[in-house]
Amino acid sequence: MRLSWSDPRLRNLVWQILIIGAVVLAGWYLAHNTNRNLEQRHIATGFGFLGQAASIPIGESLLSYTPSVSTYGRALLIGVLNTLKVAVAGVVLATVLGTLVGIARLSPNWLLSRIAAIYVETVRDIPVLLQLFFWYGLLQTLPPPRAAFHPLPGVFLSNRGVKLPTIAWHAAHFWALVAFLAGCVLVWLIGRAADRRQAATGRRPRTWPTTLAALLGLPILVWLGLGAPLHVDMPALHGFNFQGGISITPEYAALLTGLVVYTATYIAEIVRSGIQAVAAGQWEAAGALGLPRGLVLRRIVLPQALRVIVPPMTSQYLNLVKNSSLAIAIGYQDIVSIADTTLNQTGQSIEGIAIIMAVYLTFSLSISLFMNWYNAHIALVER
Amino acid sequence: MSTSIAARPRPAAARTGPIAWARANLFNTWWSTALTLALGYLILRGAWAFLDWGVIHAIWQVPQGPKGPNTDICRAAAGTGACWAVIGEKYRFILFGFYPYAQQWRPAIVIALFIALYCISANRRFWRKELALIWIAAMVLIGILMWGGVFGLTLVTESQWGGLPITLILATFALALAFPLAVLVALGRRSTRLPAVKLLCVMYVELIRGVPLITLLFMASVMFPLFMPNGFDVDKLLRAQVAITLFAGAYLAEVVRAGLQSLPKGQAEAADALGLSYWKKTLLVVLPQALRLVIPPLVNTFIGFFKDTSLVLIIGIFDLLKSGITAVAEPAWQGFGNEVYIVLALIYFAFCFAMSRYSRGLERELDRARRR
Amino acid sequence: MSDTQPAILLDKVNKWYGAMHVLRDVSLSVGQKERVVVCGPSGSGKSTMIRCINRLEVHQEGRIVVDGTELTDDLRALDTIRREVGMVFQSFNLFPHLTILENCTLAPIWVRKMPKAEAEALAMEYLARVKIPEQAKKYPGQLSGGQQQRVAIARALCMKPKIMLFDEPTSALDPEMIKEVLDTMIGLAETGMTMVCVTHEMGFARQVADRVIFMDRGEVVEQGPPTQMFESPQTDRLKLFLGQILRGH
Repeated sequence: MRLSWSDPRLRNLVWQILIIGAVVLAGWYLAHNTNRNLEQRHIATGFGFLGQAASIPIGESLLSYTPSVSTYGRALLIGVLNTLKVAVAGVVLATVLGTLVGIARLSPNWLLSRIAAIYVETVRDIPVLLQLFFWYGLLQTLPPPRAAFHPLPGVFLSNRGVKLPTIAWHAAHFWALVAFLAGCVLVWLIGRAADRRQAATGRRPRTWPTTLAALLGLPILVWLGLGAPLHVDMPALHGFNFQGGISITPEYAALLTGLVVYTATYIAEIVRSGIQAVAAGQWEAAGALGLPRGLVLRRIVLPQALRVIVPPMTSQYLNLVKNSSLAIAIGYQDIVSIADTTLNQTGQSIEGIAIIMAVYLTFSLSISLFMNWYNAHIALVER
Repeated sequence: MSTSIAARPRPAAARTGPIAWARANLFNTWWSTALTLALGYLILRGAWAFLDWGVIHAIWQVPQGPKGPNTDICRAAAGTGACWAVIGEKYRFILFGFYPYAQQWRPAIVIALFIALYCISANRRFWRKELALIWIAAMVLIGILMWGGVFGLTLVTESQWGGLPITLILATFALALAFPLAVLVALGRRSTRLPAVKLLCVMYVELIRGVPLITLLFMASVMFPLFMPNGFDVDKLLRAQVAITLFAGAYLAEVVRAGLQSLPKGQAEAADALGLSYWKKTLLVVLPQALRLVIPPLVNTFIGFFKDTSLVLIIGIFDLLKSGITAVAEPAWQGFGNEVYIVLALIYFAFCFAMSRYSRGLERELDRARRR
Repeated sequence: MSDTQPAILLDKVNKWYGAMHVLRDVSLSVGQKERVVVCGPSGSGKSTMIRCINRLEVHQEGRIVVDGTELTDDLRALDTIRREVGMVFQSFNLFPHLTILENCTLAPIWVRKMPKAEAEALAMEYLARVKIPEQAKKYPGQLSGGQQQRVAIARALCMKPKIMLFDEPTSALDPEMIKEVLDTMIGLAETGMTMVCVTHEMGFARQVADRVIFMDRGEVVEQGPPTQMFESPQTDRLKLFLGQILRGH
């Protein structure tokens, strides 16, 4: 084989070597500078700091944590859990709110659809960070604990956050939960049996009484059988603050509200266009066959709308997770906030940022893997 | 049977008109009626409460005391009436930050220049190659006005810049600088003959899109100094600008890629058949068509990072949001954040809403043109 | 129900879209086992009329009686009628996420409460009649337009309707596929099905129709047996329309 510049393969090879070479060279240059800088400033490298005691004060945590005793590793883990705590709740609530608003925009009631449209159009044109400041500011204007709003028994709203009553934990509750899960399995089995019965006889047996009994009756029976223990832990004012119950901090409440209100506007548009994407002909054809409306929705419209809805929805979920990093601006201690404090205390900014990136890339990768799996699963078969 | 039946109007009961309209759209079922009444009540209550707070009991001006404005009457009205006086007193700080007071006509002109630039770019008559020259000229002019130091203008360094010009500069310069990068990355990602380049582009796009903007801003603020040789220092604003540009580049690349994908295959094939080289084909046939298609999603992406520029306040840059917050950090004005937030929200909304309206109109127009 | 009762009766039906008067005093009676072809220029109201028969569109004045049941706001009457009336659309409207077989069995299973095996056997029987039993496990997207339309016919037939409505069934098809659909419809006509068919296929009308209805600007202008309609049209409007159709072919 003769090498000649007019051979496109050779040309492509040379171009690629040049481009990759330039990138590698630039990377080497930066790494070289960094190494020298780190040496000069006497900054340690590596992840050894993860095992050192961290002196970060942490306000809310799902794990036990003592400043100056617990390690940086534990602090960062708490940060990840705090991010997940706001992300999971945010995704669920934004989906509920967004779906309701999206359906409201299609409502035949003019007033309702206008209000939904105005909500979507205004809220999504205002930076989410500004909205977070607004909600946080609003929660700060609430009265102090002594004069807290008290809309329902056991519920207190004050500038220290929201206080809610909880049920004291008891083994019977655990077994009731197990019974509920068993009930879910049972409902699935009942559904399968009903399917088989319908396939054989054409008549579908009525399932809602047995479903209800399995879902509610079973756990209640187990709970009653174990002595029906029930102790509600009511928050009460002691001195300057509340004791008992569970509390939601103003930071968490503001972050969650802001993210949900903002993301729901995007989800509403996705839901609306998903439903509208199902051609009117599908409704007509199903109606002309005599299928009842509920069945048309369940068997014809929703399966088709979901195909359109799910891909952009997952990217909105991803956006919500990424936007939760704005927590740092209002003092909620998510992974970014704790990693930022860590890198300020240890000076190891490269490792700190690498940790943040690794966490978010893990989230992104898992969400997009799920999306690819789902898309492959439901893709319409075309020729 | 040759005479035809004349069209006659619909019977009175079903005729159109405000009452028939209300009957059909507000009171068609008992459930709809209940909804209308409940929502109507809530809207009236809410509108009245806002009017009461924002207009009737609002304070528009405060007297000047010996140590600056005296905000006692605003404090007295807190909760019942808005204190718009804070806007009157502080609007120049909110808009221009710490820019020297006497020189603030310069950033004011810059804001006007940006708006003019948007209007010109929005007009389809100007969608020509010369538009790139207009952008370059506008940016040079904006740089001269902001920095000064020439033509008798006093020098104002970036550390003194603030407010709305920062927001506009970060977003617009990011768009202008990221766009060529995005086109190259999109082309690289679609290339089949350069697998290494393709891999590089995919990694860039996915890495940036997988992490929040804040990590890039942190990188710019704390990691960048480590990357550079000793003694080499770049201003914080410029570093943030680089971070936002890289961020915008990844998102724009995906938009451009979608445009390239939506172009019929026949176009590239026809160019190949004419014997055009890769770059000629891309520059003369593919890009002019693809870029036209992506303008609406491009505007939407721009709206996205226009809003996202507000994140720079986390690394201590004085954008519009930060100067608004700082304005009410002064003891005299503490507690009037909501009034300032409303005004800031209105400014952001005005820009974003105008752009999204425009992109939607354009999308419809392009759609119609394509169907024809 | 006697055989003398009309299968479909429209009595002075009027309909408006906003201020536009789209059906003007349309009266029509279709007898049992009668095959009617409706033709007319676009915008003449023929599709609207046929869609009123199974209440995909709601008329505002006049009466529509289908198989002895009057169409009103009553949902039970609507259910009864939709079971008895099958419809085939211009754009097929198959359910893209269901297989051909599932498209055909969905309504028999859920509306006719048929056991699954029985519904599938019935579906296969009708798919065989429209000559595509081998496609049963495929999805609509994998079929050609003509095949999809034949599936749509089979799907409607699986409900064992007494009346079949066809709304321009061949307008969205490529020329080479029109024949296979028309052949299916001719086969169906030979079984004695009551049919109302909106179409411009004059050959089909000649071969199958007992009566041709010509509509223009929302009214029935002329009607009669196909030979009389096509060979000695009475009104200028029909003459003009026939002239345009024939020139077009």
